[in-house]
Order: sequence, then structure tokens, then C-alpha cells
Amino acid sequence: MNERTADESHLLTVNGLTVEYWTRRGKIRAVENASLTLDKQETLGVVGESGSGKSTLGMSLIRLVPYPGRIVSGDINLEGQNIRKMKDEEMRDIRGRRISYVFQDPMTSLNPVEKIKDHFVELIQTHEPKVSKAQALERANQLFRDVGIQQERINDYPHQLSGGMRQRVMIALALALNPSVIIADEPTTALDVVVQAKILDLLNTLRDRYGMALILITHDLSIVLQRSDKIIVMYAGRIVEYASSVDLYSSTQHPYSQGLLKSIPNIELLDQKLEAIEGSPPDLLNPPKGCRFWPRCSFAMPECRIEEPPLFETKKNHLVRCYLYKDETNDQ
Amino acid sequence: MKKPVRKRSSFSNQLLKIGSLSKRGLAGWLIIVGAILVIAIIVMTAVSPWIRPYDPIAINVGPILAPPSYQHLFGTNDLGQDVFSRVLSGGGVMLQVSLLSVIVCLAIGVPLGLFASYAGGVPDRVVGLVMDSLYAFPGLVLAIAIASTLGRGVINMALSIAVVYIPSYFRVIRSQVLSIKETSYIEAADAIGARNRTILSRYVLPNIVPSIVVVATVNFADAILTAAGLTFIGLGVPVTVPDWGLDLTSGRRLLTSGAWWVIGYPGLMIILLALGFTLMGEGLSELLNPRLEQ
Repeated sequence: MNERTADESHLLTVNGLTVEYWTRRGKIRAVENASLTLDKQETLGVVGESGSGKSTLGMSLIRLVPYPGRIVSGDINLEGQNIRKMKDEEMRDIRGRRISYVFQDPMTSLNPVEKIKDHFVELIQTHEPKVSKAQALERANQLFRDVGIQQERINDYPHQLSGGMRQRVMIALALALNPSVIIADEPTTALDVVVQAKILDLLNTLRDRYGMALILITHDLSIVLQRSDKIIVMYAGRIVEYASSVDLYSSTQHPYSQGLLKSIPNIELLDQKLEAIEGSPPDLLNPPKGCRFWPRCSFAMPECRIEEPPLFETKKNHLVRCYLYKDETNDQ
Repeated sequence: MKKPVRKRSSFSNQLLKIGSLSKRGLAGWLIIVGAILVIAIIVMTAVSPWIRPYDPIAINVGPILAPPSYQHLFGTNDLGQDVFSRVLSGGGVMLQVSLLSVIVCLAIGVPLGLFASYAGGVPDRVVGLVMDSLYAFPGLVLAIAIASTLGRGVINMALSIAVVYIPSYFRVIRSQVLSIKETSYIEAADAIGARNRTILSRYVLPNIVPSIVVVATVNFADAILTAAGLTFIGLGVPVTVPDWGLDLTSGRRLLTSGAWWVIGYPGLMIILLALGFTLMGEGLSELLNPRLEQ
């Protein structure tokens, strides 16, 4: 996987991406050697628990890893252009126009002193200075129809909208310049379950209508299983399993992914006990030697403690970082 | 279509709805009382040339050191000047000085605080250090030192007061910018590709305006008192200009002879004006910014 060169046939190709936080106590590798591809009209789910590096992965795609984080190696190719080598000025134009980001907390992601419509005007005019205010508002109205909010609410201030509406506004803002990729980082964490489902379905509907790709970052495997084409499972900064969502569900391979699946409540299997993964994720300042997961893994073998397993391709487009599958390697 | 705004965050709506101030409890009343005091004194000073009974700087318009009477409502001083006329006209310099000093503070303190603290790192450290060293001086002493270097006059007084108060603007703005810098709407602005100047002017600045208004009001009150102090020790305006601070100086000597009215009425006016601004400041700070507790 890592050896593959940037493939221009994909919309987005990430190769060997490593992101570190340089803290006073030492370097923390929040994302290590991550590679992925994304095609048009495709949804990629990124699943992992807190601190697994999924948000860092998302932020690094628009080069906004918060201080003291930095991308130390790897390439990010968007439609054949290497984002990592871009100047800051070019990068600024990418953000919002070609890759946009929907944040976790809609309650605080809007400027409290600006009306909703001014958010749209500002965003559109930032990237397209020639567009007049009236034209920008016209587009904003269209976007409002698309995300299903009453037209007149565009004159409101953010605090006058509910959480679900604000997240719809954030999505409308993300769509405003018709980007190729939308990264939604836990877009529904702050919302209740009913609204959550609506927002996620809306994202997928709009993905098809606008013909873009979607990266859905979440800690909840159940919400991406149905809505993604491919899923990345991250653990302690590593991609531990990378497969289509069908494969991930029907032939889950990595013990961590299996644990995640077992921890999803299922109303059809009332008598089944809900299983939790024992223990907690490792401190990334002192990660365990070998596989990051072995201290919590019920299948841990002696070799797991010595060296970290590479990603094995057990069948086409199904990668897993676990020695259990070293003999099942499909090609190579 | 437009719903009434109730939350604190849209501050412009609140400022505009003066009519509803009385429904906002103690804070609203503080603002109303303070504003009435301040406006009354400003109006009084502005129309004083037409309503004052005597020329405030003319001497011997009446007997020397006469107590309050119908002829001279607030009595006369040791030069035979009419204290009532001097009270009516004596606020002009103080109001000019405080207004000018607040303008200078806003023009220098706000951009400095915004840029330095948003940039962080070295600029923040350097400006912060300068501001802290200014802050270390007792305000009045520093103002006296600067005013004695610059010389007399309204502009010089305003400048020396401004130097003393810029650090308080810087501190308040810095604390606000540091917290706003970390909010998700700034992160979101970054993610849509907004430039730093857009972020500063459209995201950060509007959000700190409430705090700036509060500091400016408190600054007004302090500037009045400092201006009075400067005039009192003779660094203010020449004797040919009627001024409350000046009257304090001349009245001080007369207090022992029992002529309380020479110093009493100008002193009361200074207190009322400073009180007006302080009440407004307190009210605004409570109304606009629940977090600002100094």
C-alpha cells in the first residue's frame, strides 16, 4: 500500500501520511503512515475512539493541524495536485472551495455576531471576489432550500437557530462553493439521534446531487456502516483495517474492529450480551512495543509484542494490520 | 418575520433598545441614571455661555468670598468670581480631555491588542512586556510625569492620560482575543479559507466590542479624575479657562476660612460626572459581558 505512487485516477490520494504533535514531553505520532484513496461520489467513513487520530487525519487533509501538530511526511494529492507542497496562499484557496470541513460542534462554529446570510456572503466573496452580494445571497437561498431550512431563517443570528438547523447551515456553507471533497468531523455528535440520522442522510443525498466525495469521521461505527462505501478503522494513530463497508461488516478481520462491531446494540438480538473492549487506548507518548492493540487483544501472540504488523491485503481492497492474517495475503 | 432578540450575544440590538433598558433590572437602571448624569452635564456645559449669569473668568463681579445667595447662587471666590457661572462652564476642558484620551486609547490600544495577541508569540510578548511595564507605574504619577514633560494644554493632558490607560485596553482585549482565538468559529473560518485580516475584522473585533465599550466607559470616569488631578497640581489649563479642577486648587486654601462653597460645588460636579460614567460602565459591563469581572 505504502509503495504505491500517487494515482491520478482517484480524486484524493493520501500516501504515507504521518502527523506528529511536538509537545514538551515528547513527540506524539497522532497519525502514522496513513494511506487512503477517495473517488468521486464516494463516502469514506473514518472510525476510531477518542485520540485515535481520526480528527488529526481530517485536519491534515486541509493542512490545519492545530499547533503544535505538524505533518512530518507523506503526500496528499487532490486531483493530481500535491497539497502538501502548496504555498499557504494556494492552500487558503483550496479550503472551502475544493475541500470543505464540517465541524463537530455546530453550536459554536458560527460567528455569533454575524447573521447567517453574512456567513454565506463572506464565504462566497472570499473565494470569488467578483460575485456581488445579491448574487451570493441568491446562491445562499438555493443552498438553504437544499439543506431544508425555511428561507427567512437566513436573516437570523446563529443563536436563534436550533442545533440541527445550525448543523444544516454548516453543511450549506460547506457546499456553497461546490467542493470536490467534504470532510465531516463528527457532524452529529452534538445532536440527538433523530436529527443525527436526518443530517447524515442529508449529507449523502447532497453528495449525490453535487457529485462530490464525503469523508465522514466518527466514533460510532454503526452510523457509517450503512452510509459509507469504504471504512477506515483507526486505533492509536494507525489504520488497522481498511475495507469496503460490506466487507467490514460481513468479514470483519481485525480484533479491534470485531470488538467495535460487537459493542453496537442490536434490537433484533435482544438476548445477546453487549460486549465492550476491555482496557483503554495506549498513551501515545509511550506506545506499546509491537502492535498497538496487543495489550487489549484477546488473540495476542508472542510476535505481536515484538514488531508491529504491516497492513496485509487479505483480499482485494481489504487491508488489515494484524498477524492473524499474514498467511492469507492475497496478492504480492 | 424578525423575532425579538433576547440573548446577550447580539449586542448592537441591546444598545439600540434603550427603551427596554428599564426592564433589565439593576444593570439597566445603572445605565439610565449614569447616562442622565453624563448627558445633563454635557448639555449644561454646552449651553453655559447662554445661561450663566456672569462671565466665569471676570473678577470682582460680586463681593469677595460671599456665601451662596440669590445674587450668587453658589457664592463667590476669593477673586470675586461667581462660582455658579464657573460651575456651569467649568466642565468643558475635562470633557474634551476625557473624550480625546478615550479616542487616542481606542486608536492605539485596540489595534495593538488585536494584532499582538492574535499573532501571539514574539509580538505578543514584546507588546505585553511594554504594556506591563507601563502598568507597573501608579497611573496618576505616570500621567503627572508625562504631562510635566509635554507641558500644559488639552491635547497634552489627553495624551498623558491615554498613555496611562492604553495598557488596560490591551489587557482586556488580549484576554478576549486569546479566548476567541480558540473558538470553533475561528477554526471554521480558517477552514473556509478566510484571511487573517478578515478573521480579525469580522470575527474577532465584533466579538470584543462589548468589552471595549465597557473599558472605554470606565476609562472616561478615570480620565475625568486624572484630568482634575492634573489641573489641581497646575499641569492642566491656564487660569484664564474656567475649570473645576482649577477651582479645587484655589478653593483648597479657602476651606480653612470656612468658604466651603468655593471648593464644594466644583468638587461635587467632578464627582457627579465621574459617577455618571462609572454607573454607565458598571451597568454596561453587567449587561453586555457577564464574563468581565475585574
